[in-house]
Amino acid sequence: MATRRAGYEGVVVAAPVSVPYERCSPEPAHWWLARTLSALGRRAGLAPTDIDGLCVSSFTLFPDTAAGLTQHFGINARWLDHIPTGGASGIIGLRRAARAVQSGDANAVACVAGDTNHVDSFRAMLTSFSRFSQDAAYPYGSGGPNGSFSLMTSHHMREYGTRREDFGKLCVAQRDNALKYPHALMKTKLTLEQYMNARRIADPIVLFDCVMPCAGGEGFLVLREEDARAQSLPYAHIRATIERHNAFADDVVQWRGGWAFDTDEFWAMSGITADGVDLLQTYDDYPVIAVMQMEDLGFVEKGGASAFIDANTFTHDGSFPHNTSGGQLSVGQAGAAGGYLGLVEAIRQLTGEAQKNAVHNARFAAVSGFGIINFDRGLCSAAAILEGNA
Amino acid sequence: MTRPLKHPPKKDPQKRTDSPTLPPYARSRRALGFTVAAAEGRFALQVCAECGHVSYPAREICPKCWSLELQWRDLADGGRLVSETTLRTSINTYFRERMPWRIGTVLLDAGPSVLAHIHGDVEELGRVKMVARTDKSGQGVLMALPAKETPNMADDRQLRALTCDPKYRRALVTDGRTELGQRMARALADAGATRIFVGIAEDWRPYEGSAALKAMPGVEIMPLDVTDTISVNELAAEIGDKADILVNTAEYVRPGSTMQRHGITLARDEMEVNYFGMMRLIQAFGPVMRARGADGDNSACAWVNLLSVYALSNWSVYGTTSASQAAAYSLAQCLRAEFAGSGVKVVNVLCGPLEESWRQPLPPPKVTPDRVAGAVVNALVEGIENVTLGLVAEDVVRRYREDPFVLERELAQINMGL
Repeated sequence: MATRRAGYEGVVVAAPVSVPYERCSPEPAHWWLARTLSALGRRAGLAPTDIDGLCVSSFTLFPDTAAGLTQHFGINARWLDHIPTGGASGIIGLRRAARAVQSGDANAVACVAGDTNHVDSFRAMLTSFSRFSQDAAYPYGSGGPNGSFSLMTSHHMREYGTRREDFGKLCVAQRDNALKYPHALMKTKLTLEQYMNARRIADPIVLFDCVMPCAGGEGFLVLREEDARAQSLPYAHIRATIERHNAFADDVVQWRGGWAFDTDEFWAMSGITADGVDLLQTYDDYPVIAVMQMEDLGFVEKGGASAFIDANTFTHDGSFPHNTSGGQLSVGQAGAAGGYLGLVEAIRQLTGEAQKNAVHNARFAAVSGFGIINFDRGLCSAAAILEGNA
Repeated sequence: MTRPLKHPPKKDPQKRTDSPTLPPYARSRRALGFTVAAAEGRFALQVCAECGHVSYPAREICPKCWSLELQWRDLADGGRLVSETTLRTSINTYFRERMPWRIGTVLLDAGPSVLAHIHGDVEELGRVKMVARTDKSGQGVLMALPAKETPNMADDRQLRALTCDPKYRRALVTDGRTELGQRMARALADAGATRIFVGIAEDWRPYEGSAALKAMPGVEIMPLDVTDTISVNELAAEIGDKADILVNTAEYVRPGSTMQRHGITLARDEMEVNYFGMMRLIQAFGPVMRARGADGDNSACAWVNLLSVYALSNWSVYGTTSASQAAAYSLAQCLRAEFAGSGVKVVNVLCGPLEESWRQPLPPPKVTPDRVAGAVVNALVEGIENVTLGLVAEDVVRRYREDPFVLERELAQINMGL
């Protein structure tokens, strides 16, 4: 059996920053990461010399990596990471940075993710994302992620009785949340009727199931609790994390993610149960994945999602606050920053920095990430429980 | 049920001809093993030589036992559709122009699950028969067909995009003076080609089968001498934009090795037909075909080369003919590269000795002209690019795959025995 893992005592997460997204940007990824880092430094009151760890995620940073950015950004780093796990990169960055700080390998790690979106860059990325996709997915209609997720969605609907109305309810609630989050790209209300009658993209996926690719940046700081206190920085504790890649490789169609592999350990480490969570941030590039995370993390059993969605409300002030800033579906998907969006929003909620979309008295947040459709399924999964320092 | 294809309308000369666009063509080096099999119409995936695990997509290592011995093997082609979607939008221009497009996940009887194009007649969650074919980009793809034949199955537009079906297409057979040319014309007519242009040099010279040839439905006799540049160009000017399929049946074959010949006259004649003749045809007809790769339901789709298998390795009994065939084969490879991006396939048929007068002394097994014609039409209907025809050709190709240098030695040894 798994040995009991060490906790994250003494290390905290702070300074959530989001650089307002743009649908398209002529600027390079460096520009977006620079803005993210600058905002993070100002938010935390830190100078470049105060940061000795850097963790970067970006799809469009070519030809640079995190290493080159240390020079570009003026960081004398003794700990460096460049995380290529897309939608799981935020939590994976968090857990690695936390261990670095906890062990003393670094004092303060700036975790940043950002991507640009030129007019044609999303299409270009989709044609060169992975070798398996190149060999065995693109040639079949080049539907991009829409195609892959439609196959998972129709399978999930057939096997577990989820309905389009259920996905629609999540999308509508996220849009309602987004209308209270100033940086969301989607500014108009979405109704269930609009969702149900939306333009078809890849059956059963419709327009409002799809995220809008955009440019943007997200970041946070991982540091020692005593240092956060000294800076008078609001912060949150890390209570549990998991990470898994290529789990359940023999499932014919992806109906569960790696969370299901680690969920028992996850809750045991957190010290709470799913009932104790005040808000959930899922990785939501397509609502079926958000549903899968609810199932695999134990918020609802497989096959119960439809009834669960029917019985709950998912706005920030609802019975089950979910993707409280609007998620990628309503804020936009800024490349690898999409893997940070939920985590940064959770930190904001727990540190009292959320504004009109705040969850009342939020103490425990569950955040989950999902990334890298290498061929026919997402390979990377991660999750974390954060606790506010109220 | 597939709606039968309608006869394509007469072309409106005022309308622009669509440019050929392509499905994604980039593949890893390893995946080319799949394309090679698909070009032969074989459904082959990587099988681990140590543990038997079937891998997909193409890998460098067995994910079950880490053996490095992954071999491309033909596998059972059955499977079951487990999830499907109809794409209504695509980032790729080729597909975008052809929406909606049906794809799905198929659980293969052979083990892995794969993404595939799905034929319109496949039932939801139904049994399927997998085929591997090359698509318009020239790369191998998988398509799931109904497990049992359905009416008008070949007319499914996603399937027809992978094939060179002669139905409602127009074909040029470059030499109708031989039994091979005449059988070819007949087979194309039987396969539904609407017009079959048959090239005859000096029609006033009598030839066997001429009356029957002229009486075939759809056949139009055209003056064509592949050794005459002007003749080739004139025919291309007249029907070049209607040659959807070109089958080069022109051949010049004489027995003999180099030292059995005096001078180069015969060798030159061989080259005039087998190599320069093909080159003239390519120069005259190639550019128009290449531009017409997306010209509707009767787009240009295939260029068929009938080649001796001794193009691969010289057999000195027909030594100089083999040399000219090697030149022709090399040119066919060049043509395939030149047609890349056009959606027009180059079909190479490597034949063993043909049953005809210049090969009369050779012992069996030989390939009859009728069989060649049938194989060509089958390749067109199926969308196959590489055909090895007859026991001799199969034997030579097998040895060639194993080791071309050993084959060279073996062919030399055969001659010592003769």
